[in-house]
Amino acid sequence: MSTAFSPTAARLLGGPDWLVARRTAAAEAFAATERPDDAAEEWRYSLIGQFDLERYAPAHEFGDAPMPRLDVEPAALIRCVNGRVMFVEVDEALVDQGVHIGPLAEDENGEARLGSVADDAGDYFTLLNDAFMDRPLLIDIPRGVVVDRPIVVTHHAAGAGGAAFPRLVVRVAENAQADVMDLHTSEADDDILVCPVVELDVEAAGRLGYLKVQEQGAKTWQFGSVLARAERDATISAATAAFGGAYARTRADTRLVGRGAHGDLAAVYFGESEQTLDFRTYQDHVAPDTTSNLLYKGVVAGESRSVYTGLIRVRPDARGTNAFQTNRNLKLSDDAWAESVPNLEIENNDVKCSHASTVSPVDEDQRFYLESRGVPTAEAERLIVAGFLGEVLAGVPVQAAVPALKSAIAEKLARQRELDSAAAESELEAV
Amino acid sequence: MSTLIIEGLRAAVDGSEILKGVDLEVPAGEVHAVMGPNGSGKSTLSHVIAGRPGYEVLGGSVRIDDVELLDKPTWQRAEAGLFLAMQYPTEVPGVALRDLLAASVRTPEDPAEIGERMRIEAERIGFGSQFLERPLNVDLSGGEKKRNETLQLGVLRPAFAILDELDSGLDVDALRMVSQRVEEETQEHGLGVLAITHYSRLFEQLKPDVVHVFADGRIQESGGPELATELEETGYERWVTAPAATSAGLPDDPFADPLA
Repeated sequence: MSTAFSPTAARLLGGPDWLVARRTAAAEAFAATERPDDAAEEWRYSLIGQFDLERYAPAHEFGDAPMPRLDVEPAALIRCVNGRVMFVEVDEALVDQGVHIGPLAEDENGEARLGSVADDAGDYFTLLNDAFMDRPLLIDIPRGVVVDRPIVVTHHAAGAGGAAFPRLVVRVAENAQADVMDLHTSEADDDILVCPVVELDVEAAGRLGYLKVQEQGAKTWQFGSVLARAERDATISAATAAFGGAYARTRADTRLVGRGAHGDLAAVYFGESEQTLDFRTYQDHVAPDTTSNLLYKGVVAGESRSVYTGLIRVRPDARGTNAFQTNRNLKLSDDAWAESVPNLEIENNDVKCSHASTVSPVDEDQRFYLESRGVPTAEAERLIVAGFLGEVLAGVPVQAAVPALKSAIAEKLARQRELDSAAAESELEAV
Repeated sequence: MSTLIIEGLRAAVDGSEILKGVDLEVPAGEVHAVMGPNGSGKSTLSHVIAGRPGYEVLGGSVRIDDVELLDKPTWQRAEAGLFLAMQYPTEVPGVALRDLLAASVRTPEDPAEIGERMRIEAERIGFGSQFLERPLNVDLSGGEKKRNETLQLGVLRPAFAILDELDSGLDVDALRMVSQRVEEETQEHGLGVLAITHYSRLFEQLKPDVVHVFADGRIQESGGPELATELEETGYERWVTAPAATSAGLPDDPFADPLA
């Protein structure tokens, strides 16, 4: 056990007594927990076997954070570095309506909110986050308040060998509504570990849109969790756009605990060079008449890999459940690899559930169709791939972020095209 | 004026020869009908000319004037002036018609100009403007897909168009508008047309100059417009040879009733 992640180290992070106690308890529990390995079903195909926590220590430098690219003025902007809230700006009208946005430890309700979703969904990495979260962030929307512009959070990580444990807790009270964009970046050249935990708690008839954009550096390892709970007639729309990282895993749990709760779950991802992008989803239907619709679509290029494993679980009481799960992957090169494993576990007869998954290269007929209209081959592929992912982007929350996501995809495609033509040239030279 | 020249074209699918030496010349401004029974290789002809993957060209030539098309990728054939209106237009999720046309080497740089052409063409064939932003062919009816193909023809202004069963799936009104539009293009811009079809109803508005009977992988007979009428009445039996497989006791058509 490294001293960098010992209970003593956790205790030294400071803050109010209840937080120190919580961290210390988590660090003690963590010390007694075995690292999972890929023999466990949940970690199959993951790179957990290559993960070495000893290479890292909790980050202690807090520099400047990059600004997000967004088409609208956000209702609130919060910038965090290495898991610490550095900058908070909130529209005064929101403050007047009783919206709380800021450091959770300083909030009167902070103690009650922290862990309200995650404590029932703990694993090795949420425990590690619990022990070493620096300054968690709270977004608390009171009953009936509708926030009509997005709340934007940026999480930046920097410093070679550093480990960051960002924690974001969002609570949307009864009949309230908000959209949150959560941008994760890290220094391109630093070997960094990031273990973010997001808790999304949506109370009766509340409506929450959450978009996580992961644009971390090429040497960053991420083990992230987005844990959501929706109560009666609540709607949660949670999406992830994953582009960066060396190995980036996001676990997304959605628990529909109140009758009539609904979840829209989406992801787009694009791996290149030697990246591995890993997704684990869990649609947990606890209450009757709950619905969930999951659409994850991704592209793998170069020698990159993607992993999707997902489970729909319908509990005995969840009659009238509608649950769908679709994962589609496009393989842009022979050396790229995508694994897709959907699963169902149904304990009630009165349900409609389906799952589908595909892994395929760019469709020859689609490419031919575009080419037959005079679209050059590479451009045709670019359109097809952008369209493939665009189908998901059309439905994600925080639409103001979508143009930036589209240009991130376009940049990735342009890079593939350059690599392809460079490879073709060197092949010619070899001949 | 240009000419589309097909000479001795032979092609195979999965090792079996489907096109067995096709010879055909379509001068600019003319409409040539290629009519034949189902399974005669008509659609294969259109696909091979356009360069669809999955076909092996065994020999021959397809040229626009001196420019050989067979050694070019599909998009360069389009650049050279070829257009294929498909029998079953492919659905391309997430790609709007506007994006496709903007990416084509045959359209102007200025997006406003493309938009204007699209608007005019949509109006000419009674195609709702709501379709222009939709993903290509996704959730379109058979008739809407064919109007979509025709609209693209109008915007791209090719020198030669191959219409593969453009009439299938179209109701009478749509058929009239679509075939009228192609006919006008032959007159306004000298479009040359190779219209592949089973029935003659396409030719009420689109007037063929020459009608070719296509069977068993090649042109069997050519004649004037009256040949189309004759084929409509008498059918293709005269050109369909009894398949050898039948004598071996195996039905040639896998969907044929084995008890008949």
